[in-house]
Amino acid sequence: MSAAAPQTWDEFMEGVWKQNPTFVMILGMCPTLAVTVSAINAISMGLSTALVLIASCGLVSMMRNVTPKEVRIAVYIVIIATFVTAVDYAIQAISLALYDALGAFIQLIVVNCIILGRAEAHAAKNPPWPAMVNAAGMGVGFTIGLLALGVVREILGAGTLFGISLFGVGFQPWVIMVLPPGGFFVLGAWLLFFSWLERRKLRRQSSATEVAHHV
Amino acid sequence: MSESAFQIFVNALLANNFVLAMFLGLCPFLGVSGKLDTAFPMGVATTFVMLVASLCAYGLNLLLTAFHLEFLRLISYIVIIASSVQLVEMVLKKYSPALFRALGIYLPLITTNCAVLGVALFQTAREYDFVQSVTFSIGGGAGFTLALVLMASVRERLTLSNVPDLAQGTALSLMLAGILSLSFMGFAGLGG
Repeated sequence: MSAAAPQTWDEFMEGVWKQNPTFVMILGMCPTLAVTVSAINAISMGLSTALVLIASCGLVSMMRNVTPKEVRIAVYIVIIATFVTAVDYAIQAISLALYDALGAFIQLIVVNCIILGRAEAHAAKNPPWPAMVNAAGMGVGFTIGLLALGVVREILGAGTLFGISLFGVGFQPWVIMVLPPGGFFVLGAWLLFFSWLERRKLRRQSSATEVAHHV
Repeated sequence: MSESAFQIFVNALLANNFVLAMFLGLCPFLGVSGKLDTAFPMGVATTFVMLVASLCAYGLNLLLTAFHLEFLRLISYIVIIASSVQLVEMVLKKYSPALFRALGIYLPLITTNCAVLGVALFQTAREYDFVQSVTFSIGGGAGFTLALVLMASVRERLTLSNVPDLAQGTALSLMLAGILSLSFMGFAGLGG
């Protein structure tokens, strides 16, 4: 088991960073943009999605040998819908305010491409444990993506973070950031930032080799 | 619910545009909006699936409510949507193979288009009657098509213009979508 640990960690980190569903694979955009008006919404949405993701990937993987190939997508969708229904009722029981804030987007987790994508691309080919670790990584990656958006939009659009006022009464909120266009702009800005980072890394590497040539 | 059918239609088409105001159906919106001649058929296909799904969901909801099986709503909706997508796929494959190939992977993906499930869920949540449900789904579909066509026209133009390397790709599309969404906010309040 100890020899397998680093591999498990890699599997986990792949979803968190290298294949981050929000920033690298650009999947699951609808909930990403719709519910990230505040950090707390973003976290709850991320965690609910992660929960559904882990549970359904586990079940899909357990059933991978008995699922006929022709109807697999239908089977996956029914599995996912079952877990989403459970999460939907759970959230309604835990916090009605949160349930109202997230609205139809909890039920819309069913059609989040991340989950179906993971089920088809990973869980259907791997035993339950690695499949669930991979799903957990993706879920955490997705939560981080949502949080990155939620934090920026809440600070700019309402001047608060997790409901705590940051700038005092003199702050004029930038309302557009919590309205629909703000979602597009903030995500676009994050993507620009990441591609700039990538670009800078490449330029440093190439200039380093150039210097080595001159010497 | 005393909204007139016309109000619902205008609301779904412009003021609460599915893509630009409610963030439904973003995957195909960003994926197939590269060219105008695939964007329009995609919009029409999605609208058709929406209409079929909305009709079926309406009937099914009556049935589920009658038997107190509301917890099965989500599962049965998604199964209905998957089957109607299958139907559209078979029809397209038979009558327009070229279009079928052009839409490629995005055609089966209509199943996981949240706009379609969104129509079914919203009409249930808002307790629309039959006529309201139908106008809602047609309005939503038309709004989706409109957004897709607008985006595709802008992006076709952009291929000729000089955009900084850094902003190429998805970041650019998102900024465009943001500006479109900003202009659609001008319709707010139109549907009353």
